[in-house]
Amino acid sequence: MTSASLPPILKTSHLLGIEGLCVPEVTALLDLGESYVAQSRAPNKKAAVLKGRTLINLFFEASTRTQSSFELAGKRLGADVLNMSVKTSSVSKGETLIDTASTLNAMRPDILVVRHQDSGAAELLSRKLDCSVINAGDGAHEHPTQALLDALTIRRRLGHIEGLTVAICGDILHSRVARSNIRLLAMLGAQVRLIAPRTLLPAEAERFGVEIFTDMKRGLAGVDIVMMLRLQLERMTGAFVPSAREYFRFYGLDREKLSYAKPGALVMHPGPMNRGVEIASDIADDLEVSVIAEQVEMGVAIRMAVLDALARGMP
Amino acid sequence: MNAPNGKSGRLAFRNARLIDPASGLDAKGGLLVENGRIADIGPRLFNDADRGDPEIIDCRGLVLAPGLIDCRVFTGEPGSEHRESLASASEAAAAGGVTTIVTMPNTNPVIDEPSLVDFIRRRAQATAKVRVAPMAALTRGLAGEIMTEIGLLKEAGAIAFTDGDRTVANARVMRRALSYAATFDALVVGHAEDPELVEGAAITEGEFATRLGLPAAPALAEAIIVERDIRLVELTGARYHFGQISTRAALDAIAEAKRRGLPITCGVAAHHLLLNELDVGAYYTFRKVKPPLRSEADRAAMVEGVANGIIDVIVSSHEPQGADTKRQTFASAAFGAVGLETLLPAALNLFHNGDASLPHLLAALTATPARMLGLPYGTLAKGAPADLVLLDPDEPFQLDEQALHSRARNTAFEGRKFQGRAQRTFVAGECVFSRA
Repeated sequence: MTSASLPPILKTSHLLGIEGLCVPEVTALLDLGESYVAQSRAPNKKAAVLKGRTLINLFFEASTRTQSSFELAGKRLGADVLNMSVKTSSVSKGETLIDTASTLNAMRPDILVVRHQDSGAAELLSRKLDCSVINAGDGAHEHPTQALLDALTIRRRLGHIEGLTVAICGDILHSRVARSNIRLLAMLGAQVRLIAPRTLLPAEAERFGVEIFTDMKRGLAGVDIVMMLRLQLERMTGAFVPSAREYFRFYGLDREKLSYAKPGALVMHPGPMNRGVEIASDIADDLEVSVIAEQVEMGVAIRMAVLDALARGMP
Repeated sequence: MNAPNGKSGRLAFRNARLIDPASGLDAKGGLLVENGRIADIGPRLFNDADRGDPEIIDCRGLVLAPGLIDCRVFTGEPGSEHRESLASASEAAAAGGVTTIVTMPNTNPVIDEPSLVDFIRRRAQATAKVRVAPMAALTRGLAGEIMTEIGLLKEAGAIAFTDGDRTVANARVMRRALSYAATFDALVVGHAEDPELVEGAAITEGEFATRLGLPAAPALAEAIIVERDIRLVELTGARYHFGQISTRAALDAIAEAKRRGLPITCGVAAHHLLLNELDVGAYYTFRKVKPPLRSEADRAAMVEGVANGIIDVIVSSHEPQGADTKRQTFASAAFGAVGLETLLPAALNLFHNGDASLPHLLAALTATPARMLGLPYGTLAKGAPADLVLLDPDEPFQLDEQALHSRARNTAFEGRKFQGRAQRTFVAGECVFSRA
């Protein structure tokens, strides 16, 4: 049976960001995600909640991890999944985003998953298409499923999110992961700290209700969770950070800096990692503290939950 | 910092006029040095009887003050040692009563790598008579494009960050460099001359430049950058020091910025306090400096700025040049003048003219630069390193360029009559200069 007959979880037919969600919606998504963890670990991973539905993955930025996670989630729920490769499509021939939207719309998909380098791209498509749109990352704006999978990972490990102190470290300025996580963690009652050199902190970030640190050891003092962000290589050659070695020295997570966090603190990273730039190899590989592999597993589960939730509102 | 080996013995100064701008002390008395540090100081010290110390210096009423800190010294090491090495600069410094020189990164290679900061410190340790506090470049190769590793350079011992006599032209680069520097609470020292406006100019634009027929740039090239950088400091919160200013417009802008509580300080070169554009005279290349000598009104504004404290520090802007770079036509000659040995006499000129008190002037040469740079010197406090200058504020003399200790002799003050100079200089309690 399909999920369209079940009571709805989300008030809207799209998932464009954490902004606009409320606590009951998030809690329901996390609960649903939990059930899909179990299903994904069973020999038969298939369900029929999206039977007959069409899901299109439209990725303007390459992302093996997120794209395959959505593909797998769609397939496990019984949908037909189409991966649109932007490189070989008409987009690279100069078609506007609106024209692409019209073309896709004519194919009558039920769900469009979009990743775009520009902030607001998912929002724009949601206004032009008749189907549900899931934002899989737009510019430096939002990446809601990443924040949800991070929340699910934390909740499964520590049992709750309220009252935890979470440090988000690194390139906050360019990070949609940071923005979605700040919104979601604050909504769920966690204390959020941002740690970065001033060149990588967006203006007036404290308006998010977070604490800001430029000294990593002070910022990590007593935290329950350390979320590292990826620093893109082109940003550490002088424009924002003078060099990779200086970045690692002051903002790379190593044993010494991690020792300032609460004993047993968990280390997260949205991937892909730059070993030796933002995170020391031995920490990334230490299963006692690193939950990086678990985040990937939760990614599939939470995306199944989101697809299921959106399908419940469909005609 | 790199102190020459301190003496382990005791040294006593008696019968001195002690001036310590850091504490406001200005009184007759004595001072005791032990193991390179100030062990005691006071009005009655050694007045009645000496305490059997092996070495006693009778100051005969001369001024005993903290050794001077010169915040703007270009040397030629590495790369142009024929103009000035750290050793020869330190000789000149010692003769001028200067016990700490803050070196500029404009060398060959440019000091933009932690290993090069380490090189300067080791060379200074091995060869220099006074303390050397190196600044590192703010951008790689002083090219104004890519910020340096401010965190690692600071750990290596860089005391501040500057592109020396170059202005970072690109406001975006400057904004990010200031922002990054603020992350490490690093001091940025800027040079304020709009590089496009002053391109090819040798002198300040005006009637005199017109009569000489020299390529000139308007003095406002300074205020444009001063005002830009004040705005960027407001945006980024960086600690910022204008290495040297030379115009009324810059002074007014900085006064306003200070009123608004911004973390901004500024310096002035001694030659901008005593000379104006007319002193270029008959194309006298030793008075071709960067920024160029200004109008008399601007010179007077600099004196006023020192007197009212808007200008925080007085510097030599010591820049050695050889015959190869100065025995040229005015337009082709290099910028710069040596100044380590004339810094104190030039500053004392303001005292003798009645513009500022002796303690006030000494503050701009000792306590204030020490505080700005976070150095433990520039004070007569008990326990502080015994970096001292014994100076006679009144002794008249005429500057003889041949008697300068600097390897280069391109002074802007050749033949000038001064009043007051250093008699003896001590670093960590050790005498590094004594006037015969």
